[in-house]
Amino acid sequence: MSSHNESILREPLVTGKDITYAKVTDDILLPVENKPNKAWWIGFIVAALGAMLWVVSVGYTFWTGIGAWGLNKTVGWAWDITDFVWWVGIGHAGTLISAVLLLFRQNWRNSINRSAEAMTIFAVICAATYVVAHMGRPWLAYWIFPLPNQFGSLWVNFNSPLVWDAFAISTYFTVSLVFWYCGLLPDIASVRDRATGLKQKIYSVLSFGWNGSVKTWQRFEIVSLILAGISTPLVLSVHTIVSMDFATSVIPGWHTTIFPPYFVAGAIFSGFAMVQTLLLILRKVMNFENYITMFHIESMNKIIMVTGSIVGVAYLTELFIAWYSGSEYEMYAFANRVAGPYAWAYWAMMTCNVISPQLFWFKKIRTSIPISWVLSIVVNIGMWFERFVIIVTSLHRDYLPSSWAMFYPTWVDVGIFVGSIGLFFTLFLLFLRFLPGIAIAEVKLLLKSASLQQKTKLVQEGAFPDEQVKFFQNSLDKYDSVSEEDIKALDVRK
Amino acid sequence: MSNTKYILGSFADPDEMMHGIDKLQANNISIYDCFTPMPIHGIEAKLGVKPSRLPIAAFCFGALGTVLGFSLLYYTMAHDWPMNIGGKPSLPLPNFVPVTFEVTILLCALGMVATFFFRNHLFPGRAPRVMDLRASDDRFIIAIDAHENADHALIESLLKDAGAVEVKYNERKYVSYE
Repeated sequence: MSSHNESILREPLVTGKDITYAKVTDDILLPVENKPNKAWWIGFIVAALGAMLWVVSVGYTFWTGIGAWGLNKTVGWAWDITDFVWWVGIGHAGTLISAVLLLFRQNWRNSINRSAEAMTIFAVICAATYVVAHMGRPWLAYWIFPLPNQFGSLWVNFNSPLVWDAFAISTYFTVSLVFWYCGLLPDIASVRDRATGLKQKIYSVLSFGWNGSVKTWQRFEIVSLILAGISTPLVLSVHTIVSMDFATSVIPGWHTTIFPPYFVAGAIFSGFAMVQTLLLILRKVMNFENYITMFHIESMNKIIMVTGSIVGVAYLTELFIAWYSGSEYEMYAFANRVAGPYAWAYWAMMTCNVISPQLFWFKKIRTSIPISWVLSIVVNIGMWFERFVIIVTSLHRDYLPSSWAMFYPTWVDVGIFVGSIGLFFTLFLLFLRFLPGIAIAEVKLLLKSASLQQKTKLVQEGAFPDEQVKFFQNSLDKYDSVSEEDIKALDVRK
Repeated sequence: MSNTKYILGSFADPDEMMHGIDKLQANNISIYDCFTPMPIHGIEAKLGVKPSRLPIAAFCFGALGTVLGFSLLYYTMAHDWPMNIGGKPSLPLPNFVPVTFEVTILLCALGMVATFFFRNHLFPGRAPRVMDLRASDDRFIIAIDAHENADHALIESLLKDAGAVEVKYNERKYVSYE
């Protein structure tokens, strides 16, 4: 397996001294095998309070009906669909990291895929709650599926993108869950084989009897590859179909063919921002700095910059097409976005999504942890506003000026949104407490090829020319987990 | 020694384990299985393990999904109760693409993973058949059937030469049952 060495020009994916297979297991299982620290408890209590707010708000909605929200007869869709699209979009980065980067053989995915996939699953759960909540009569939610019934049978309307969406989201959730859990099996087996008593019994059930034999690993790798291959078109189809919820309507500002690619790019953009928000905290609190390195952070910032630029181009294209179409209603819808009563939301979106990611052209900014963290939150705010602008500004001034209205959220709208963030973090923190937050087996694959330790050893043996080593040393400057001594050690030759 | 069922060569390094496999095979000693904490690329070819046929299963389940998904749409929309929805045809093929696609992906994924679990006997609550508890942590294990291969001293010396940090003589096949 190490019959050839990885180029020294590539930055290391695992840093730290005396990294052995045993140390990887110890480091990653530390939060699972020990009592949680204070930071975890504080985070968990705050998140659980948020989740309780969610229960109260959703319970109130179910009890009184969606009249509890700030909707009126002009603006019939507002925060619920905004939040739904926002959460689904956030989920997309997890699949992108686990599937698309696997197909492209990007090894830096190995240490971030597990938490990103978990994020996907929890984000889709949050999104699904809005679908059920906005139905008004949630106990009839099963009507969206084509079940035999006593009305005829009267089937669902398969011409409707809302029905496609039900199929897309439920398939996406199921496949993501299966992908995530298959990847977890070997790592749960690691926890099982080190545990005792009741804990061992529980993890034994969860591990499905995994034993790491040759045939198991062989099939495991095939399953991962094919799941990645089918998840890639799946993830593109999901947000395409979400965008069709709008694009197949005849509302000005929604009825555009640019929506599918524009929504998918936006989804990846906001998803990577959320991964960044979570991982920057996670690596610090869980002491994963050697596994989630500056290279990972910088790479994700580059993806945020690229997808942010795509989204920016899409915004400008929309404006141009609205003008070029010559359609009076289309032109008015966009003039109203730019300069109408919701102009503040439009310009908040433009600033957060188009201007702020351009700061990542500067290396100083994209390798700075505090700035990256703040910008990742700015991007998430911007992406929320994007959906709000698309949905509410297109609806609030419709074809009849006599029915123009504004949308004002009630405490229930706010409670459900803030609460869903609490629900998301509650689930994510529980995941970090009970399951390995980094794919142990996949990180072990990197030790003999892409770790700083291995590269240092090869350099000291004189395997690479001096100018390449110089380049490598320069690229290590940005790492916060690499010390001056580690860099100096590369000058030694045996 | 006579009660030994399996001899385990425990390696700290995957390359040394591969080296150990070569040495054992050069001496005509058959290898029962290897247990590793991560996938080892190239080990299947060495041990003569055939390529997996899971891609075929995945394709069949995917094709089944396409047929079932389309049949559902055809039956409900065009056969059982055709309706005039906004003057659209009752067999609108472009509108059938998204749902047919989703059902294809769903069945492909679930069918393939179910096949994987079935063939490897993986299911919740299955007693783990583990020969060495460190095989999921930091050890790379070669297991050799002690009855089929009689010359235990030779096996031990070959494993040690290849770099095994430990050679175990297990009287039980699976240690995880204790």
